[in-house]
Amino acid sequence: MQNFIDAYSWVNIRFLLEGLWVTVEVSIVSIIASFIIGSVLGVLRYVKIKYLSAIVGFIVDIIRNLPLMLIIFFTYFGLPHLGFKPGILFATILAMTIFESAMLAEIVRAGILAVDYGQMEGARANGMSYVQALWHIVFPQAVKKTIPTIVSQFISLIKDTSLATIIVLPELLNHAQIIYGQNSAYIIPMFVMVAFMYFVICYALSVLSRVLDKKLA
Amino acid sequence: MIYILTHYWSELIQGLGYTLLSSIIALIFSTIIGTMFAIFEVLPSRTMRIIGRIYIEIFRNIPLLVIAMFFYVLIPMYVAKIDGFTAGTIGLTIYTSSFIAETVRSGINSVDPGQMEGARANGMTYWQAMSKIVLPQAFKLVIPPLGNQFINLVKNSSVLAFVAGFDLMYQGNSIASLSLDTINSYMVVGVFYLIITLPLSYYMRHLEKRLAN
Repeated sequence: MQNFIDAYSWVNIRFLLEGLWVTVEVSIVSIIASFIIGSVLGVLRYVKIKYLSAIVGFIVDIIRNLPLMLIIFFTYFGLPHLGFKPGILFATILAMTIFESAMLAEIVRAGILAVDYGQMEGARANGMSYVQALWHIVFPQAVKKTIPTIVSQFISLIKDTSLATIIVLPELLNHAQIIYGQNSAYIIPMFVMVAFMYFVICYALSVLSRVLDKKLA
Repeated sequence: MIYILTHYWSELIQGLGYTLLSSIIALIFSTIIGTMFAIFEVLPSRTMRIIGRIYIEIFRNIPLLVIAMFFYVLIPMYVAKIDGFTAGTIGLTIYTSSFIAETVRSGINSVDPGQMEGARANGMTYWQAMSKIVLPQAFKLVIPPLGNQFINLVKNSSVLAFVAGFDLMYQGNSIASLSLDTINSYMVVGVFYLIITLPLSYYMRHLEKRLAN
């Protein structure tokens, strides 16, 4: 018990919170970027433009089926060999955005497919152009339908930011490692605290998605 | 890429073997554990339902890496000497079991309750009805999501690299640092992952479509 009291001194907690802040920053930027890019890719894949949709679909499938850790390694260690050297933070955000955009593209496409085709026909019959109908009528309904899936994808994004520890991004898990590296009696308290912090964020989000889903349904 | 393939073939094959082995072991055990907690959640007993819910919510909302490292750091200190591969696979199993529990639970819930009632009315006990009537029907429904879980397992098994589990990702890193050709090393490793995951994911999509019709 004494271990826990010592481990949760204000200095350590503040250090963990600094790490948590980096985790949150990376998550928010990646969530916004991947939602925009993922939606565009999902729509592109849906609309069946000759060649383009097939190429987008193929790339999305490839990225979806690779481990995120490999993409993180590639952006951080691989890109410098191509003449572009991202910092740790940027490499992480880039990797997360690439991976999550592909995941979201698939979710958005499935959502659009689940919207009744009559919606599109009705909008077109009322004089909207194809793009207008897609943007104003079909896309909002598709997002509404897939909110639980989208939020659970974002939850896994937040959890996956911990993978950036491997390229020593100073996020939550990395800071915990630094603390228990100094004193092995702190190992259990640190894991408990880190797990607790991730749990609070992710669980709150999953409750939020359930509430949203009920309200919109 | 050809250079990497020919020079580090044995390492790559070894890595592929460890990745597959860990994924398959984790799939088997997490299906067993996941099904157990899924059944907890549909039992009439309130305590059991709460236990099931707590287990699922805790392990769904904590990063896999935290779970894997917890076992990697702590089990050797207090319990027994185990290697990174075992610790990583235990972490993978526990993490995945919570997702599988959620999948199986929704499978059980989508089986018509009349099936259970009918089985009970014909003199079966609750456990007989569950294991012989409800679960087989539920599993038929959850085969595509379970397949997707296996794809996730193969991808997630890359955390073994972090705990020295000798999997594909681990080998990829060592090849990258030995050959100094990071781009081609990671591309080769990526192709190895795709060989497993891409056909599986197309097959699962096909299965989903067939079941939907």
